Amino acid sequence: MKKIIELKNVSKSFDGEVVLDHINLDIYDNEFLTLLGPSGCGKTTTLRIIGGFENADEGDIVFMGENINDMPPYKRNINTVFQRYALFPHLNVYENVAFPLREKKEKKSEIDRKVKEMLNLVALSGFERRSVTSLSGGQQQRVAIARALVSNPKVLLLDEPLAALDLKLRKDMQQELKKIQKATGITFVFVTHDQEEALSMSDTVVVMAEGKIQQIGTPIDIYNEPENAFVADFIGESNIVDGIMLEDKKVSFSGHIFDCVDYGFKKREPVDVVIRPEDVDIVPEEKGMLKGVVTSVTFLGVHYEIIVDIDGFKWMIQTTDFVDVDEHIGLYIEPDAIHIMHKSQYSGMFGDYSSFSNELDELSDAEMEIEE
Amino acid sequence: MKSSNSISKRDRIVRRLTLAPYSIWSVLFIVVPLLFVAYYAFTDRNFNFTFDNVSRFFTATTSIMDKNGMPKEVHTYLVIFTRSLRLAIISTLICLLLGYPLAYIISRAHEKTQKIIITLIMIPMWMNFLIRTYAWMTILQDAGIINRILGHIGIKPIKIIGTEAAVVIGMVYDYFPYMVLPIYSIMAKMDNKLIEAAKDLGCNGAGVLRRVVWPLSLPGVISGVTMVLIPSISTFYISQKLGYGKFYLIGDAIEGQYAANNLHFAAAIAFILMVILLAAMVFMQSYANKKTCA
Repeated sequence: MKKIIELKNVSKSFDGEVVLDHINLDIYDNEFLTLLGPSGCGKTTTLRIIGGFENADEGDIVFMGENINDMPPYKRNINTVFQRYALFPHLNVYENVAFPLREKKEKKSEIDRKVKEMLNLVALSGFERRSVTSLSGGQQQRVAIARALVSNPKVLLLDEPLAALDLKLRKDMQQELKKIQKATGITFVFVTHDQEEALSMSDTVVVMAEGKIQQIGTPIDIYNEPENAFVADFIGESNIVDGIMLEDKKVSFSGHIFDCVDYGFKKREPVDVVIRPEDVDIVPEEKGMLKGVVTSVTFLGVHYEIIVDIDGFKWMIQTTDFVDVDEHIGLYIEPDAIHIMHKSQYSGMFGDYSSFSNELDELSDAEMEIEE
Repeated sequence: MKSSNSISKRDRIVRRLTLAPYSIWSVLFIVVPLLFVAYYAFTDRNFNFTFDNVSRFFTATTSIMDKNGMPKEVHTYLVIFTRSLRLAIISTLICLLLGYPLAYIISRAHEKTQKIIITLIMIPMWMNFLIRTYAWMTILQDAGIINRILGHIGIKPIKIIGTEAAVVIGMVYDYFPYMVLPIYSIMAKMDNKLIEAAKDLGCNGAGVLRRVVWPLSLPGVISGVTMVLIPSISTFYISQKLGYGKFYLIGDAIEGQYAANNLHFAAAIAFILMVILLAAMVFMQSYANKKTCA
């Protein structure tokens, strides 16, 4: 695979506040790469540096082997789909899409052919003469994508392009974006704070927090083998408990010794142990490796989400079996459901569900979107 | 159904009541005076209906000397009107050429800087218009500030006061804020993302200006042009003071007729000017609408 963009040691501060802290990132040809993280993690700044809208304070941006630190955006063969689409309100759909072609002074017949082809690709044929302000959010989104793709860039940057759409439309657009990316073979760099979106669309996910890259990997790697407590918590739900690595493939936590599949740690090294809520089996109390009391049960349609108090630490468990509040249950955990991580600066900050409430979770999600 | 109806009815009454002071004000001080102007324009001294005043505007002639010293008959008020129009258009164009880039630069500046510059532009407007014009007299006089500076650096004094240039300078100075402010307010609202998008799609600086900023700022340009052109067509004081009265403008004509107690003809000139300007404004607005809603 060919590297198309390389960020080397890139740093950026705004008013003395570090937004990007020595980022190193390789982006490969034809891949769908997602920058994922909470607001303020530096993902949008990374995108704007690649697009040429911000200059890095330090480090190099290399595009197809060429340093482009000082190249203005209009000379970069990279186009952007902006968060609120940034369509030109004084131009109709056709002229919006034709905008970059007219700048290159292409032949009228060529422009016509390319614009029609693009509108066809985004399923907006017949909308040529419509004013962009009369379109729905989803349609404006498609115009923005067509406009960014029409001049056939090497890379397409997408800055939370689906954030303003409702859930159903967002799901459809996710599928469609993926399809467009496959069809055109253009490298997509996608920014989002929605982990589900990142997992379902990407070839590569880059998890960022506090201006640093926490982990780069495929969606499956990121989910199954999180690098640290931050990644484990940000991607999906996870119970993160303190443990001690006794020897290879043996870990002790919550007062019990478990078989696991991880190795290569120092003897008696303190570690973070991740157990996903769906990987825990509920068994009768006497057969459980761990024992606890159910403190809350929430019905979520596909499964129940229950919180279990085990010696004061609250675990989240997703199960299709019904248990009742105050019931005493046992937990059974398979060796390959246990994932061991080295201690990091994020240890102890995440993975305990003692203050958990679905409402709170939604509230903080909503806040995140407004901030962005 | 019934309750919602009564609420909306009450709302309507409240709305009318709150608007009442403004309605009364506009009827008393805008509509009634306009009707008076029209009434005077179409009546004679005995308030009998007549077209004489209006037709006098188009037919009155004066003898002047042409370039070769030969006497020549010209349509007095049409000559005055075209002169007013010409000077007003020149002033408006200069205001636009200076004001547009300034408005753009201000709108892209830091928010704090924007406020400071806008305040600086507005401060002269708080000073009396006559005082500002007198100030320009002292600057532009034969022994004024400009000529003294020129003298110090060894350049012969130039004649400014009493020329058309002086009148234009005065108009540009007085009406400049009316050009900058509407353009600035449109540009300040312009989404910076649109400019970034244009750059992203291959436009350099000039391309961004020509293809995105200019078309989107047209409504501001139109209102700026209107707000400068109209007062500069009808001004009289500037031309009297800075032009030494040598350039008789349509405003001077109205003032002159008024001072000579010829109210009916003064009203007729004012009325004709108003109709022409109204037509021009309607034309410009429809042009702007066509451009921005393409």
